[in-house]
Amino acid sequence: MDNRSLDPFGKKKISIRKLMEVVTQKEEPDVNLELALDHGLTEDEYGRILDELGRIPSYVELGIYSVMWSEHCSYKNSIALLKKLPRDGDAILVAAGEENAGLVDIGDGLAVVFKIESHNHPSAVEPYEGAATGVGGIQRDIFTMGARPICSLNSLRFGSLDNARVRFLFDGVVRGIGDYGNSFGVPTVGGEIYFDEVYEGNPLVNAMSVGLVNIGETASAVAEGVGNPVYIVGSSTGRDGIHGATFASEEITEESEAKRPSVQVGDPFTEKLLLEATLEVIKSGVVVGIQDMGAAGLTCSSCEMSAKGKAGMKIHADLVPAREEGMTPYELMLSESQERMLIVCASGQEETLEAIFEKWDLHAVQIGEVTDTGRVEILWHGETVADVPSNHLVLGGGAPVYYRDTKRPAYLEETRSFSIYDLPDLEITEVEEALLLVLKSPNIASKRWVFEQYDTTVRTNTVLGPGESDAAVLRIKGTGRGLAVATDCNARYVYLNPRKGARIAVAEAARNVVCSGAEPMAVTNCLNFGNPYKPEMYWVFKEAVEGMGEACKALGTPVTGGNVSFYNENPNGAIFPTPTIGMLGLVENIERHTTRSSFQNVGDHILLLSPAGWTSRNDLGGSEYLHKKFGKTAGDAPHFLLHEEVAVQKACLRLIRAGLVESAHDVSDGGLVVSLAEAAMGMGAMISLRRDEGIRVDALLFGEAQSRIVISVKAENVGEIQENLDQFSVQVSRLGEVSNGQFLINIDGRSAVDLSVSEMKHDYDHAISSWMN
Amino acid sequence: MQPLIHPVDSLRCGVIVFPGSNCDHDVYHVLKHDLKQNVSFIWHKEKSAGNVDLVIIPGGFSYGDALRSGAIARFSPIMKDIVRFAKAGGLVLGICNGFQVLCESGLLPGALMRNRSLRFVCKNVSIRTETQSSPFTCELQKGSILTIPIAHGEGNYIASGETLNMLESEDRVVFRYCEPDGEITDASNPNGSANNIAGILNAGRNVLGMMPHPERCSDILLGGEDGSGIFNSVFSHARRAVPA
Repeated sequence: MDNRSLDPFGKKKISIRKLMEVVTQKEEPDVNLELALDHGLTEDEYGRILDELGRIPSYVELGIYSVMWSEHCSYKNSIALLKKLPRDGDAILVAAGEENAGLVDIGDGLAVVFKIESHNHPSAVEPYEGAATGVGGIQRDIFTMGARPICSLNSLRFGSLDNARVRFLFDGVVRGIGDYGNSFGVPTVGGEIYFDEVYEGNPLVNAMSVGLVNIGETASAVAEGVGNPVYIVGSSTGRDGIHGATFASEEITEESEAKRPSVQVGDPFTEKLLLEATLEVIKSGVVVGIQDMGAAGLTCSSCEMSAKGKAGMKIHADLVPAREEGMTPYELMLSESQERMLIVCASGQEETLEAIFEKWDLHAVQIGEVTDTGRVEILWHGETVADVPSNHLVLGGGAPVYYRDTKRPAYLEETRSFSIYDLPDLEITEVEEALLLVLKSPNIASKRWVFEQYDTTVRTNTVLGPGESDAAVLRIKGTGRGLAVATDCNARYVYLNPRKGARIAVAEAARNVVCSGAEPMAVTNCLNFGNPYKPEMYWVFKEAVEGMGEACKALGTPVTGGNVSFYNENPNGAIFPTPTIGMLGLVENIERHTTRSSFQNVGDHILLLSPAGWTSRNDLGGSEYLHKKFGKTAGDAPHFLLHEEVAVQKACLRLIRAGLVESAHDVSDGGLVVSLAEAAMGMGAMISLRRDEGIRVDALLFGEAQSRIVISVKAENVGEIQENLDQFSVQVSRLGEVSNGQFLINIDGRSAVDLSVSEMKHDYDHAISSWMN
Repeated sequence: MQPLIHPVDSLRCGVIVFPGSNCDHDVYHVLKHDLKQNVSFIWHKEKSAGNVDLVIIPGGFSYGDALRSGAIARFSPIMKDIVRFAKAGGLVLGICNGFQVLCESGLLPGALMRNRSLRFVCKNVSIRTETQSSPFTCELQKGSILTIPIAHGEGNYIASGETLNMLESEDRVVFRYCEPDGEITDASNPNGSANNIAGILNAGRNVLGMMPHPERCSDILLGGEDGSGIFNSVFSHARRAVPA
């Protein structure tokens, strides 16, 4: 019996095994509703296809529709909400959704192209190739616009490291990111990694790339000019990755292992050649339009370029250079083989284009031409095997748009019922032990084991790399200015309060960029959520997107694009909702403003910059301490108000630009004491804290209330600090001074922590490597 | 940074570009913009390096490190002329993948295996200058310690005992991995190289292969400028060799 009707969420289950059986059989199957359902389309969607075509689609057409209308390509369950995000700003040259990635004007005739994208499902079954091709895919989004990638970042989530399978995934993902990026020759300069049981079986691998381009020299993903030749360039096409986009649009199950053939195989060497050839051919002026082939390969690029140009395209699929013999047009159109591009060349300029790809030993084969029919026609040895209207297939055209039901999830009642007073407070004598416990949590501990496997300095722009500042800082050669970039999302907060948690994710990413000396400019996001057909999940998604939009508006950082990854669930349940933020900031004066997170000089004063009137709260909600010591993810997300955050960030940037700040590190995961310990890891510090009436020791030290920054300042500059802050609604309080060799904390005059820095550093440095080596 | 010599008598430097080279632009930038030299790229399909004083084989993954790192690049058309150039006494500096190519092409003895950790490693290390007697170190003091980045998966230098003895006795080990204070220890060896070797010379002392990246630390903005001592040595040597 058909169990689809039993699905309480109205979403049919795709039988992976069945789909792969159909796809790999010799004879073309008959197209009917059942086959459409096996392809992941709904009955209603199949009906819309019949109406539009006025006939039963061919097998190739069904394949095309199924990938174009998959969640991954169509954004059908998210686009209505995403459109409400702030997308405009003075510096935004190309808004979200118009091209492969957003384009931000940074002055000097230069623009930055940047974007973050998920590769979660492939990485869950084949971590090495999944992560590698995630890195490769996002690079192509950048250089297809004519920009040279200058750095990569990532955001990773795994289960708990005491699980051997998790360590296998973690190791594979790190190697995959490293091997691809290192060989491609773009430094991996930053990122974030969290470990939590909820990601077991469904790791998150989000890859971000940032590129630079001269304004006016960008390329567009458009097909224009009837008769212009269409080229496929780069790698030949194999059977890898067929239905990858469909795979990404469903939950991970035991059957997912059968989807291993859906994972593409990356070749960074070819990607490097493709990068150089692509930039050269764009510069030569013969390119009318160009789009990379990522999800849904040739299908997606030909349909989207045609739709954007309000044109059509005729593609001779039999001319596509194939890696294997006997490939069918269905396979060629749906393959997600990596390192390929589709180019519309100006008619008469074919020789120039071909010579450039010849130089780089890459294929450049004319497989079709631009037409004025508005349809994508696929031919196979002269016979039409697909003839579909391009606009009907794409996002913004005929692709479905859904508004899903929402329902506040019941778990929130339980998490909110948590009270800090049910837990014993820390005795002063227990503080040191608690600090060491939190410092060696893999979420807090040094990520050196990871980032030393990444080339962080190739291209000689990395001014501050991983672990040196709250954001990575890169110079822009020849300008005296720089970029600061960070990824961030504390998903625990989003789980406990989706709206506030998403606001915090944006705020913290911006705060990181500010601490490094930059002004936040724009955002890219990667929204990792569960199944949108579950109303509780959709409520969380909607709240988070709205919260993100509010924070972006308040901080003046429009969203330039990104990616949505639904169905991050496995048989044990959903992941924490994880809207990862990639933040771009501009450093006005790279030599003077670049700021490290660690204390710099013995004797410097250590100050806490916080909102005016700020007082400690008995707030441990969502904290690392609560999780590490009590195994709880509970309470509300920590205290956070947008206007406080804006004031603190503006004040901090002012102080940095005035040349008054020696180091800046925000208070985030682990709370004030972890922030101080991290900043003191190189030198040492003597800290004195006072407890306000009724404030608990654990909350004072480990509470994660937002909008606070620990700065260190030369003694002679302390007076000037206050003068510079008059116009901001903030306050500074003195916490202590930078010392040499010891990390000391007194609370109300009693010694709570007395550790040598080397002792403190040992666990912090080795927590992750001790699991992995 | 002040250039050591005036642009009119600047060195003519050629940077080889193989498919997969990825430090070519970095070396070019340092030579041209920081050190004000005359520098050009040389495409690997060229048959001649042209009129140059110094050839640099940059880092990267030539041919994707297929087979072995450097194993295919040595067959590129340009390499015949580089071998001729080197044998005629021309200055050749191979950095990282460039070192691997020089070993594969026979201009330097030994080979570079996978790091003993079997992982790629990118970090700052300390190296000790073992000889001043080379065009690449004549401006450095023997025993001076440089802080310099490494970034490689295959930097574990190996050679026969006989070869190692020869390198040592002929003073051809130029750099050794060391502690920040200069002590040669196993802990400071980032990849397992024999005798902590980070860079070696050919018998004629005009060809240097080294795993660390001097071009990544020739600008204080990037955290250090110890690498410029190597480039400046070359310029100084050339100026002495060819009086203006």
